[in-house]
Amino acid sequence: MAKILMTGNAAIAEAAIRAGCRCYFGYPITPQNELTEYMAAHLSRREGCAFIQAESEISAVNMVYGASVAGARAMTSSSSPGISLKQEGISYLAACQLPSVIVNMSRGGPGLGSISASQSDYFQSTRGGGHGDYRTIVLAPASVQELADLTRRAFELADKYLIPVIILGDGMLGQMMEPVEFKHEAPSALPVRAGALRGAKGRHSRFVRTFTSNPAELEEVNWSLFRRYQLIQKQEASCENYLTEDAALVVTAFGIAARIAKGAIKQARALGLRVGMFRPVTLWPFPSEQLKELSKRAKYFLDFEMNMGQMIDDVRLALEGGGDVSFYGRPGGVIPNPTEVLRVITRVYHQKGLNQ
Amino acid sequence: MKKIFSRPRSLKKAVFHYCPGCGHSIIHRITCEVIDELGIQDRAIGVPPPGCSVFAYYYFDVDMVESAHGRGAAVATGIKRAHPESVVFTYQGDGDLAAIGTAETLHAANRGENITAIFINNAVYGMTGGQMAPTTLLGMKTTTSPFGREDKYEGHPIKMSEILAQVNGACYIERTAVNSPANIRKTQKAITRAFRNQIEGLGYSLVEILSPCPTNWKMSPVEAWQWIDDVMSKEFPLGLIKDTTGRGDAH
Amino acid sequence: MKGKIEIDQDLCKGCELCIFFCPKKLITLSDKLNAAGYPPSAFSGNGECTGCATCALVCPEVAIEVYRG
Repeated sequence: MAKILMTGNAAIAEAAIRAGCRCYFGYPITPQNELTEYMAAHLSRREGCAFIQAESEISAVNMVYGASVAGARAMTSSSSPGISLKQEGISYLAACQLPSVIVNMSRGGPGLGSISASQSDYFQSTRGGGHGDYRTIVLAPASVQELADLTRRAFELADKYLIPVIILGDGMLGQMMEPVEFKHEAPSALPVRAGALRGAKGRHSRFVRTFTSNPAELEEVNWSLFRRYQLIQKQEASCENYLTEDAALVVTAFGIAARIAKGAIKQARALGLRVGMFRPVTLWPFPSEQLKELSKRAKYFLDFEMNMGQMIDDVRLALEGGGDVSFYGRPGGVIPNPTEVLRVITRVYHQKGLNQ
Repeated sequence: MKKIFSRPRSLKKAVFHYCPGCGHSIIHRITCEVIDELGIQDRAIGVPPPGCSVFAYYYFDVDMVESAHGRGAAVATGIKRAHPESVVFTYQGDGDLAAIGTAETLHAANRGENITAIFINNAVYGMTGGQMAPTTLLGMKTTTSPFGREDKYEGHPIKMSEILAQVNGACYIERTAVNSPANIRKTQKAITRAFRNQIEGLGYSLVEILSPCPTNWKMSPVEAWQWIDDVMSKEFPLGLIKDTTGRGDAH
Repeated sequence: MKGKIEIDQDLCKGCELCIFFCPKKLITLSDKLNAAGYPPSAFSGNGECTGCATCALVCPEVAIEVYRG
């Protein structure tokens, strides 16, 4: 299949449809509206599909919950403030073990914030903004191609592990236009998921619920969820290593920040600095083992994020004290440029005596 | 002699956890009678709320999925859109449908979602210990209106059926009660219509049912059932509020 | 039309609605408590029941079965 030029927002939508997503529920919010509009154009009059512009982001995530319980691949998308609204719904999706995909094209916060790209929802995504002990898989694409690939992956992981999956993008990735190749066609039909509620024909009736008046029952649910989370941590952590084999300083970054950092690292290498980048692709499960392994040969890290420092906590946890971690961040939706990041890389490199 | 009255097939044989005289018990039974009569036990999917009826799935022998508070109409929408062959019903209290769930309810009705809403109006928040509901009557004392509900401070009770009747996608709205044999029969007929409309694809149907809550009204069951006649139905008049289905079944 | 009812006294919660609504007043409250601690309803069993099923209609606990014939 040839590559086509597409914005990130549209690429996510197209990839979702090709992954068999036939139910989309959303609400307008900048900077992801093109995703919602693409779904409106492609799903809203198509037989066997559902597109609803819901009355709120809360309603949209609850529609996903309903569609998922009935066995459909369902998705919602929003941006930071709208994702805050969805947190109750995500907690319920996790508790009921309902496969689902939630896309966050994050913007500046807190509050109404700014409409520009930011990365300040890392905590919200990985620590769970909703109540209770639960996890969601969090994927952090860094290009339009990766938005498409990880959208497909999100549906597969959601079905495999019966878990909500968050795609953490941002306003810049959503708006930028890059060549993208879709390697799959939409399936004509997906098998009905075991455990879906579609009417109790030929079997006993079932119910899906999270509430219990017996704490011991809920305890067992939690332990069972966590056994699954352990399995996911073992099997699904993923990262990209860029020029880390001989790096004296490793930049840790995810998503759009990693794109910017790559530009800076190329320039740094041209100046003779041995710099590389460790880019987590799954933010949960965080690729801790891979980072720890890297820290056996690289001791100096520069965590670069478009926020006040969130992923840096996971970097430090993974290193378990076995590394020196500096931080550079720009919050609020300000987009740093590679030159600025190069300046910081150079400063840290010299400050830590790595040019000796 | 022939047995002419027994437990409906789609009502599980379980002891209700509801209080003596509670309307939920009656409404669960008659809804199951309707499910039996329409032969939809294997297509029905119910969405109960948080609240006293959170355990509705212990009683209704149909597929059921819990909903977050107020979100039943959105959950039902998702189910029905994903699997239109199902017969989807929400079972919601007054807080669920008329407070936290107002937006979801209004917009599901507005879109004409083919779902059936069973709305239990007992003028109080039962499960959480008797707080004021959107439908609590003026003068009624509850734990959060300890001086009696007053228009100036707490507003009026809200008439959801009349409000939803304004919305095009709602094809059938009726208010009934379950406080007497005659009213119980009328409620059963209304629920039957509300399900039939869905099966025929006619849009959103709502049955608002005035339901006794003896415990939080601090009355005996018989007194509570009478209070609905004497007081509650004066504020919430019983009867057909909207019917655009053109079928006009008489009761 | 002759009728009779059977009350499952273990399900009954003593709400007294069947007592109130029976047109012939054929149901009374027991003076004993059932296992759940409620005084259940009891059918007087005389031949006046017509099997109208009003009691069963109003019984919240589905504790009454009605026979007619």
